[in-house]
Amino acid sequence: MDLHLKIWRQKDHQSEGKLVNYDLKNLNSHMSFLEMLDTLNEKLIIEGDEPVEFDHDCREGICGQCGMMINGLAHGPLEHTTTCQLHLRSFKDGETIVIEPFRAAAFPIKRDLKIDRSSFDRIISSGGFVSVNTGQAPDATAIAITHETAEEAFDSAACIGCGACVATCKNGSAALFTSAKITHMVLLPQGKEERSNRILNMVKQMDSEHFGHCSNTEACEMECPQGISVLNIARMNYEYGRALFFRKK
Amino acid sequence: MILNSKIPEGSLEKKWENYKKTARLVNPANRKKLDVIVVGTGLAGSSVAASLGEMGYNVKSFCFQDSPRRAHSVAAQGGVNAAKNYKNDGDSVYRMFVDTLKGGDFRAREANVYRMAECSLNLIDQAVAQGVPFGREYGGYLNNRSFGGVQVSRTFYARGQTGQQLLLGAYQALMRQVGKKSVQLFSRHEMLDLVMIDGKARGIIVRNLDTGAIERHAAHAVILATGGYGKIYYLSTLAMGCNGSAIWRAHKKGALMASPSWIQVHPTSLPQSGDYQSKLTLMSESLRNDGRIWVPLKENETRNPNDIPENERDYYLERRYPAFGNLAPRDISSRAAKERIDAGFGIGPLKNAVYLDFSKAIKEQGKEKIQEKYGNLFDMYLKITGYNAYQEPMMISPSAHFSMGGLWVDYELMTTIPGLFALGEANFADHGANRLGANSLLQASVDGYFIAPYTIANYLSQEIHTGKISTDHVEFEQAEHQVKQQIENFIHIKGTKTVDYFHKTLGKLLYDYCGLARNKEGLKYAIEEIRKLKQEFYKDVKVSGQGDQMNTELEKAGRVADYFEIGELMCYDALTRNESCGAHFREEYQTPDGEALRNDAEFQFISAWAWKGENNEPELIKEPLIFEEIQPTVRSYK
Repeated sequence: MDLHLKIWRQKDHQSEGKLVNYDLKNLNSHMSFLEMLDTLNEKLIIEGDEPVEFDHDCREGICGQCGMMINGLAHGPLEHTTTCQLHLRSFKDGETIVIEPFRAAAFPIKRDLKIDRSSFDRIISSGGFVSVNTGQAPDATAIAITHETAEEAFDSAACIGCGACVATCKNGSAALFTSAKITHMVLLPQGKEERSNRILNMVKQMDSEHFGHCSNTEACEMECPQGISVLNIARMNYEYGRALFFRKK
Repeated sequence: MILNSKIPEGSLEKKWENYKKTARLVNPANRKKLDVIVVGTGLAGSSVAASLGEMGYNVKSFCFQDSPRRAHSVAAQGGVNAAKNYKNDGDSVYRMFVDTLKGGDFRAREANVYRMAECSLNLIDQAVAQGVPFGREYGGYLNNRSFGGVQVSRTFYARGQTGQQLLLGAYQALMRQVGKKSVQLFSRHEMLDLVMIDGKARGIIVRNLDTGAIERHAAHAVILATGGYGKIYYLSTLAMGCNGSAIWRAHKKGALMASPSWIQVHPTSLPQSGDYQSKLTLMSESLRNDGRIWVPLKENETRNPNDIPENERDYYLERRYPAFGNLAPRDISSRAAKERIDAGFGIGPLKNAVYLDFSKAIKEQGKEKIQEKYGNLFDMYLKITGYNAYQEPMMISPSAHFSMGGLWVDYELMTTIPGLFALGEANFADHGANRLGANSLLQASVDGYFIAPYTIANYLSQEIHTGKISTDHVEFEQAEHQVKQQIENFIHIKGTKTVDYFHKTLGKLLYDYCGLARNKEGLKYAIEEIRKLKQEFYKDVKVSGQGDQMNTELEKAGRVADYFEIGELMCYDALTRNESCGAHFREEYQTPDGEALRNDAEFQFISAWAWKGENNEPELIKEPLIFEEIQPTVRSYK
């Protein structure tokens, strides 16, 4: 199949970027989207151009590093998919595809399609953990957790931190990402002890990173590769109110 | 050189306890005077950096990804082993030790393997305390499943994303220390050389992948937790960035490489579908608990699999290995698949796959139960192939996966360079010639959480009086100069072929001649071809852009340059081992029914290799394997 690509090229964060046109012919429809970009880059290198920089690593839909806006949608047209799991069979022969980086104030562009998502790491380091040191943990079955609770916690813990929720949100909010971690931790007995400090610190960090507020459009859940539920955000709001109420002065 | 494995005194079950009792300690007040570098943020790297950080050392953590959470441990699916015996099915530390040693075809150190089984108990406790949501029974207790090569249920799992959940636990522990400023994080940084001062590892040279800047970092100890080099085959189950450069640069500075040719070929990955393909996706081995593997009985079968009746199917694993059936270990399952494919019974468009069939399990347990156990894997299969595996069997094929080889380390996980440690897949230690499923996450984690914090402290206790190490030393200057020169060289070649062309060509050579099966002639041929390809690379590679900018092609060029040398050493290693063991199948050494023929009389040793300079043959140094507890037996899964 043939494709016309319009790809965002930007030298670095300071420079101005623009969409550049590229044509690719005779592509196999079983190719993944990233393999299509590999093919383009091979062609650009041979022709003496600089290849398009894009983030990717595991190419199994689990590392969360790949991510771009494809025709205006985070990770492209399929529901609940990472870019690496998107294949050309989802496009039509001769189609024009616009490829841009994830855009959010909290995700500065590094070059072309590569962005800086370290704000997510800082949110985690502000409280997204259980404060347990190495070596002397109690026996794992000493505290029973019901099957349903473990599965529910897993549903939230499955977030891959790709940033699609932020990129697709008109406010650039990190509410889904942050709330998924808060829900994961608060559902489990191990994480309950520090629930108040955790949420106050994580929300404070989230706000300081220039993420916008959540206005409940629920677009984040639609685009999330793991289908993380917006109910996590409702829980985060409840937990935040609870933490403020019980805050120790 | 005589290798000292430093195995402690005492009976097998007392060795680790004895070591810990006598290991030297560092006073908490002195720990802040000591700097440690950790390269890699997977399970081994994150866990050791977090552990050392919380102990009070100054830790610098490096990874090439944009966040430590992306490390490839994240992709491991099936589970992590621990001899907890929650199922009351006869499991114990000793049985796990025996299974692992046997699984590795008696080519691992007894003491290391025993320690890994012993520490497995603590890992589950540690992970649960961190909030890892392992699968649970309805009564609230932890659940287990079985895995290849084992007849008990000792694998703990978090759906099909166990690696992700364990890594997130370790990553969160690491980020907690980053928040406390006991660990400094350097993401998008790649180690390009090891710096040695007075014979000790004292620092690293890294390239900031955002800016291209070359930086110097000094420390009292350097820990490499950089994973495996299975991506050398180009098509493999590994992430695109996985590479062997950090351990290889350390090897060239004097650290020995052990058993480089032992690379596991995983039996359940998705088959190659075309030349454009960049990787092979792994489907979890746990699928073999409920999936049955078969090929048609008839050659060049064209019917749809659902139209082939039972009596025209060859369930070859159940036929050849009735005791273990579909749960036969990875090396055996992979070779059995290759044997059927080579004999003309392969299926799929390229005739390079076998079926993994869930119809019986779905009939017996219901679709919902199967969906709950493996739902994400079935979804992934649908996304990649476009086929619904609830309705027809999956197509799977063997592909390069885990490297059992790596830097030689002693019982303390220290390489032959004082102060340089290698953890997880970067070392060679615990898996012998074949890794059992669900032992990889385990080894990486216990190395980082429970072993290195003791052994590195033992080393650092002698470094208290060293004082701050300056990066102004001439050794730093020389290493930096060399790295810069290599980068300039790549940029200036301005040839006609891309880095990926060379990587793919090398990968195919290795698949053909140093892959699932090897022979003397093929290995000799491969060594010659790799040398020619390497020469061509240095004449004709085309790396676009400059060194002082973000430049993925340049990153890849450095890694492929190292792959040529690693590939050559893999072939040397395979060539000297005139036997078949684990993942190493020399065609000349097999039983009449096609099983591996081990030769304990001559090859009961670890091959450790010393770098002797470019174009020189490497030097082989043997570490004899002494079995005190169990005597090697013929490995049979029939």
